[in-house]
Amino acid sequence: MIEGFVALYIFMLAAFTGYEVISRVPVILHTPLMSGSNFVHGIVLVGAMVALGKADPGSSLELAIGFIGVILAAGNVVGGYVVTERMLEMFKSSKKNK
Amino acid sequence: MYTLIQIAYFSAAVLFILGLKRMSSPVTARDGIVWAGAGMGVAILITLFWDGMQNYLLMITAIAIGSGAAWVSGKRVPMTAMPEMIALYNGMGGGAAAAIGAVELLKGETHGFVVLGLAAIGGAIGAVSFSGSLVAFGKLRDLVKRGGLFPKDKQKQINIYVLGALAALGLFMVIGKPFVVVILAFFLLALAFGVIMTMPIGGADMPVLISLYNALTGLAVAFEGLVLDNAAMIIAGTVVGAAGTLLTQLMAKAMNRSLTNVLFSGLGTVETQISTEAMAGSMKAIEASDVAVMMAFAERVIIVPGYGMAVAQAQHKIWELAVLLEARGVKVKFAIHPVAGRMPGHMNVLLAEAGVPYDKIYDLEEINAEFPQADVALIIGANDVVNPDARTNKSSPIYGMPILDADKARNVIVIKRGRGTGFSGVENTLFYADNCRMLYGDGQKMASELIHEVKAL
Repeated sequence: MIEGFVALYIFMLAAFTGYEVISRVPVILHTPLMSGSNFVHGIVLVGAMVALGKADPGSSLELAIGFIGVILAAGNVVGGYVVTERMLEMFKSSKKNK
Repeated sequence: MYTLIQIAYFSAAVLFILGLKRMSSPVTARDGIVWAGAGMGVAILITLFWDGMQNYLLMITAIAIGSGAAWVSGKRVPMTAMPEMIALYNGMGGGAAAAIGAVELLKGETHGFVVLGLAAIGGAIGAVSFSGSLVAFGKLRDLVKRGGLFPKDKQKQINIYVLGALAALGLFMVIGKPFVVVILAFFLLALAFGVIMTMPIGGADMPVLISLYNALTGLAVAFEGLVLDNAAMIIAGTVVGAAGTLLTQLMAKAMNRSLTNVLFSGLGTVETQISTEAMAGSMKAIEASDVAVMMAFAERVIIVPGYGMAVAQAQHKIWELAVLLEARGVKVKFAIHPVAGRMPGHMNVLLAEAGVPYDKIYDLEEINAEFPQADVALIIGANDVVNPDARTNKSSPIYGMPILDADKARNVIVIKRGRGTGFSGVENTLFYADNCRMLYGDGQKMASELIHEVKAL
C-alpha cells in the first residue's frame, strides 16, 4: 500500500487543491459545479472494477456486491457526465451570439 | 503495464483538477467537463488491463447496465428535475464506494488492521451517502412526504445511538475476524442511519444536504482509494470532498442557513402555525394589456423569475418577451436570488436552457442597487425572495434572509396563479404595497398574452 505518511501528504495536498480550485465560483455555477464534482468522484468506478475483478469467483456474495458496485459506479460516471454537459452546454454569452 | 496504468491515473488526476478549475468560470465551464471526461475515459479503459483481473463478463455487463440506464435517464431528465437527478447519481457513487468497502472486508484476511478500518469507514460513509441521497431524491420527487421518523426532541439522541452502535459494530468487525453476518449488519445499519438522518430535513434544505452528501461520497471514494492503493481515487475523492464541503458552505450561506441548522433543527419542514396577521391594504389586480403598455414604454425593466416560472414552463416565453422589449429599446435585466429555483444556480440553468445569455443575469448583490431606477419589476413565480418583511419585520420567520429589493422599483407587477402564500407559508407584504399590481394567471399563459399585447402596440 502507499506508505502511510505519503498517503497522508497526498490527502492534505488534494484537500487544499479542492478548496482552492473552486473558492471563487459565482453562484450561477453552483448547480453545474456540484454536478461536475459529482462526476469526478465517479472515478470510484475504477475501484469498483478492481474490487469485482479481484473478487473470488467462487464467492457469489463477493461477486454480487461487486457487480452491484460496478453498476452503481457506472451510473455515477455516465449520469454525472451527461447531466453536467447538458447544463454547461447551455451557458452562452450574449456577445458571442450576436 | 503497472507504469502505464499509473501514468494514466496520474493524467486523470491532473485533468480532473484542471477540469474543475475550468468549471468554476462560465466562460470555460464547458471545456472543463470535457477535460474531466477525457481523464475519466482514460482511467477506466486502462483499468481493464490491471494485472490478475477476472470476472470480465460480469464487469462489462454491469458497466453496460449502469451506463445505459444513466445515459437514458440523464438525456431525458428535464432541467427542472436536475437537483434530484444529481442526488441520485451521487447516491450511486456512494453506494459503489460502500460496495468496494464490503467486498474488501469480505476478503478480510488478505488485509491488515488499518486497511480494514479504512475500508469500514469509507464503506459506512458511502452507505450513508447512498441511502441519504435516495431519500433526498424521493423527497424532491414528492415520493417521500413525511417528516422525521421520531419525535423532534428524540431525533438527536437516536442519531447518536445509531452512530454509536455503528462505531461499535465497526470496531468489532475490524478487530475481530469479520464474520459475513457482522459485515452485512454493519452496512445495513449505515444505510439505516442515512435514512434516519435525512428524513426530518425539509425540502427547502435538500440542496445543501445533497451537496453535503456529494462531499461525503468524495471522502468515501478517497478512503476506498487508500484501501485499493489507487492514487487517482485518493486524489479525485479528496478534491471532491474538499470542494464539496466548500460548495456546501457557500450554498448554505446563499440560503441564509448555517449547516448545523440544516442538519439538526428540522426547521425546513414547513411550519404552518405562523400567525397570519391581517394585512393592511389589499391586493390590486391588473390586466395584461396594461402591463404590456407599462413595460413597452419603460426605460428599465427587471425580471425576477422564481421556481414557479419553471413549473409553468414559462421561461421561453419570458425570454421572447424580453427580446421584444429590447427591440423597442427597453433595457431588460434578469435578477436572480441565490435560492431561486430549487438549489443555488438552478435558475441560471433554467434560464440558460431558454436561451437567456448569462451576462443578462444578475446576482442579488449586483442588481439590488438598480431596483430604485427600474420602471418595472416583473416578478414571475417568485414570492419569499422578494418579501420586504425579511428586511423589516423581526417576527417574520424569514427575517434576515437577503432578498431582492423589487419593492423599490417604481412599479411592481406580480404574475401569480392565485392568492396563496410562498414556500415558507409566509404572507408577502409586497403584494399589498401601493406600487404593486397582481396579474393573476398561469405563468406561461400570461407571458404569451404579454407578448401578444406588446406586439400589438
